Amino acid sequence: MSVIEMRGLRKEFTVRIKAGRLRREKRTVTAVDGVDLRVERGEMLGYIGPNGAGKSTTLKMLTGVLMPSAGEARVCGLRPVAERTRLALRIGVVFGQRSQLWWDLPLRDSFELLRHVYHVPAGEHAARLARCRSLLDLDEFLDTPVRQLSLGQRMRGELTAALLHGPEVLFLDEPTIGLDVVSKQAVRGFLAELGRAGDTTLVLTTHDLADIERLCRRLVVIDHGRVVHDGSIAALHSRYGSRRMVVAELDTALPEPPALPGAPLQRVEADGHRLVFVLESATVAEVVAGLAGLAALRDIAIVEPDIEEVVARLYRAPAEVGEQVWVTE
Amino acid sequence: MAEPGTLTDPGRSAVASGPVWPSGADRRPPGLAAYRALLGAQARSQAAYRASFVVDLVGNVGATVFDVVTVLVLFGVTRELGGFTLRETLVIVGLSSFAFATADLLVGNIERLPRYVRTGLFDAVLVRPLAALPQLLLMDLPLRKVSRAVFGLAVLVVALASAGIQWTPGRVALAVVAPLAAVVFFGSVFVTTATVSFYWIDSGELANSVTYGGRDFTSYPVTVYGSWFRALFAYGMGFAFVSYHPALALLGRADPLGLPGWVGWAAPGVAVVAAAIATLAWRVGIRHYRSTGS
Repeated sequence: MSVIEMRGLRKEFTVRIKAGRLRREKRTVTAVDGVDLRVERGEMLGYIGPNGAGKSTTLKMLTGVLMPSAGEARVCGLRPVAERTRLALRIGVVFGQRSQLWWDLPLRDSFELLRHVYHVPAGEHAARLARCRSLLDLDEFLDTPVRQLSLGQRMRGELTAALLHGPEVLFLDEPTIGLDVVSKQAVRGFLAELGRAGDTTLVLTTHDLADIERLCRRLVVIDHGRVVHDGSIAALHSRYGSRRMVVAELDTALPEPPALPGAPLQRVEADGHRLVFVLESATVAEVVAGLAGLAALRDIAIVEPDIEEVVARLYRAPAEVGEQVWVTE
Repeated sequence: MAEPGTLTDPGRSAVASGPVWPSGADRRPPGLAAYRALLGAQARSQAAYRASFVVDLVGNVGATVFDVVTVLVLFGVTRELGGFTLRETLVIVGLSSFAFATADLLVGNIERLPRYVRTGLFDAVLVRPLAALPQLLLMDLPLRKVSRAVFGLAVLVVALASAGIQWTPGRVALAVVAPLAAVVFFGSVFVTTATVSFYWIDSGELANSVTYGGRDFTSYPVTVYGSWFRALFAYGMGFAFVSYHPALALLGRADPLGLPGWVGWAAPGVAVVAAAIATLAWRVGIRHYRSTGS
């Protein structure tokens, strides 16, 4: 059985906008427009899309905060809204811009309180806390009131708070938003560690695609409430034509641009000393061999395709990819 | 138990549940201890600002003292108010101020519901395995308002002692039950009016006119009010059962307006009905929130 199932999940909001002095017009906005997804136990799913695409709304429907307008959702086999409190014992939720912690109390107190809120046996709680403490380096600020923590410290606290009851599914809404590089890495490293063990399912929304590249083998792109891509990052690249590139630094510039089969020259930089090739059908070795016959090579670099660029293209051109596409590895 | 600080045992999560620990699916749901923990946390949070807490504690008595002083001033210029003497009116005032202050302490902050929605506390509360309303009440319990409730109780006790009541076992029971019923009633009014903000975010003023208006209304004998106003507030909304009718029954006075004597004993029944309405209003409101997400 899938841990998470969505069938035709849909959410409409009615907004009232002013139309004249007293009159107000009702308009229906579709935030999530018929999403079908299944997530298996232990998967790490990246859920991305532009602002207003419906990411947070989907998460709210899966965690029992919002009621779907149509369609169905099951998490751990439970209906999120109808069986909210039972589901809450089995999932963890981290909202990047909201807090589950007690603002005026030391971080340690929040953890102890959550033990009561989730009715976790003391030994179980202590063991999980001990592991989080060492993996996330909590010890230095465990006795600091939450309001005095830096954002990075607080986020490490939020992650711990969401895990102390041993959830089967962890939902993370923008967990790295606003964090500095070091904190981002700490959070990613921790989540990777959590995912590696394989018995916690992770669903992660983010604007930072580095989160996805580091953590998620499966990527779901949502735009205008619809799934426009579901598959691996590699599948996204191959579908939307992004390629790896080879950057060659030459000792001396070539008199004319070289033509290598299967690897068209994309651009020439640094007065002809730097050449950038796109790998279409050629391999790196073929490009290097071909170049070596023409000029003295100083350096070779391989540039991975930039996922941000691909996704930006996806966001800009929803019409081209508007139909639901299913890409597998 | 696993060694703290180690990463993964093969096939076992570092932090999440696994075969060794029962998962949330098998765990008993949290009970009263969870709510007690929330209350304790709120007390410790407020103690973090000790100096301002003490100032607030004293300052909060002010408003309630003012209610009583207003009545005393009124009796400086008149010997009767709507047919009631000072000592009789003070029983009404005592019931009203104790009940309002206590309900305001326990439930009054629910008027901050729009803020809870805006800051995300409301969503945070919904992803926990506890009922939403008690969590909100306990997490934002304004303990500094304790002083008002204590002052209200003092007024009530003094008024009951000095009103020359002929105590019977029935009246003793009523003197205990009526204030509690009035607390439940005012609490229900707080919750019901707060749920309006699920639909209309700027409804705070309207809510205040009912809650604070209700407090002022119940501080005087209903005989002082004009007839349509009285019909609406006293009997349409039920505020007459907070202090006026129980006071009549305690004092052994017939209702100048001609209602039968047993009406004075109806307060608990009215409170139960009010609580049922409040529960329904909350449930419907929360369903609306979840369907609009506003």
